[in-house]
Amino acid sequence: MIVRIAGEGQFKLPDGDADRLNELDNRAVSAVEQGDETGFRELWSQMLEIVSSDGNAVDTDELVESDVILPPRDITFQEARGEFTGDGLIPD
Amino acid sequence: MPGLSGRMSTVIKAKISKMLDRAEDPGETLDYGYQKQTELLQNVKKGIADVVTSKKRLQMQSTKLEQQVVKLDTQARQALAQGREDLARTALERKSLAQTELQSLDTQIKELEAQQEQLTANEQRLRQKIEQFRTKKEVIKAQYSAAEAQVRISEAANGVGEEMADLGLAMQRAEDKTETMRARASAVEELEQAGAFDDITALGSGGDDIDRQLAELTSGAQVDDELAKMKSELGSGGGDAPALEQGEEKA
Repeated sequence: MIVRIAGEGQFKLPDGDADRLNELDNRAVSAVEQGDETGFRELWSQMLEIVSSDGNAVDTDELVESDVILPPRDITFQEARGEFTGDGLIPD
Repeated sequence: MPGLSGRMSTVIKAKISKMLDRAEDPGETLDYGYQKQTELLQNVKKGIADVVTSKKRLQMQSTKLEQQVVKLDTQARQALAQGREDLARTALERKSLAQTELQSLDTQIKELEAQQEQLTANEQRLRQKIEQFRTKKEVIKAQYSAAEAQVRISEAANGVGEEMADLGLAMQRAEDKTETMRARASAVEELEQAGAFDDITALGSGGDDIDRQLAELTSGAQVDDELAKMKSELGSGGGDAPALEQGEEKA
C-alpha cells in the first residue's frame, strides 16, 4: 500500500500494515471526539512510527496515487478537530 | 479508510478531481499541470520569502532581548551592591520576562526554519514529478493502445495531481504559521514599546505601572531565588560597590 504523509511524500508499506493503521486511526478518531489530546498524540505517533519503520520512500520517478493520505506530522490538536467538522484541512 | 486519514484523502482527492475535470483529455492535464506548477512556484517563492522575513524579524528581536538580559543582570548586581534591593528586584523581574520571551522566540525561529526546508523540498519533488509525467506520457502513448494509454495517463496524472494538492496544503499551512509568528512578533514589540524590557535606569515616573504588571507576569519565586543567590555571591565578594551604569539610549 502507498501512504502519503502530507508535506513529506509517499511511502510504500506492506499491505499488512493497513489493518494496524486502520485500527490506530479509528482509535485516534475517538480520542479526538472525546477531546483527549494526550491519547490522540500517542496514537498519532504510533501511526507515524509504523510508516517510518515499515515504509520505503517512493521514488520520485514513480507517479502513483496514495491509498492513504495522513495529515501533516506536526498536526495540531485543533487541526485534528477541524478534520471532523467537515471543513477539512484545505477548505475551498 | 474512514476517519482522520480518510477525511484527509477525501479532501485531497476532491481537489485532484476538480483539477482533472478541467482537462477533457488526461493528456491535457500536463499542460494544466505546467500552468498550475507555475502558479504554485510563484506562491512557494513568495511563501518562502515570507517565512524568511518573519524569521529575520524574530531573530533581530531575539538578539535585542539577549543584550537586555545581560544588561539587566549586571544592573541587578550593581543595584544590590548599593543596597537597592527594590531596584535589583525590578531588574530581575524584567530579566525573567525577557528570558521567557527569548525561549519562545527561539522555538518559533526553529519552527520557521523547518517550514522553510519543507517547502523547498516539496517544491523540488513536485518539479521532478511533473518532469517525469511529461516523459512518461510519451512513453505510454507509444506503447499502448489509445484506450489503455488514456487509463495509464490518468493514473499518472492522479499521482502528479496528488503531489500538487499536497504542496498546496503545505503552502497554506506555512502561510497560517507565518501569520501566527507575525502576531507574536508584534506582541513582543508592544511589550518592548511599553518598556517591559528596558533597563532600570530608564525607570521614570511612568515606571510604576510597568513594574506592577511585570511583577504579575514574572514568576515571583524565580526572582526571589535569583535575588537570594546574587546576595550570597555579593556577600562573599565584598569590596567597593560600582556605581549604577547608565543604560544606553533606547533604540
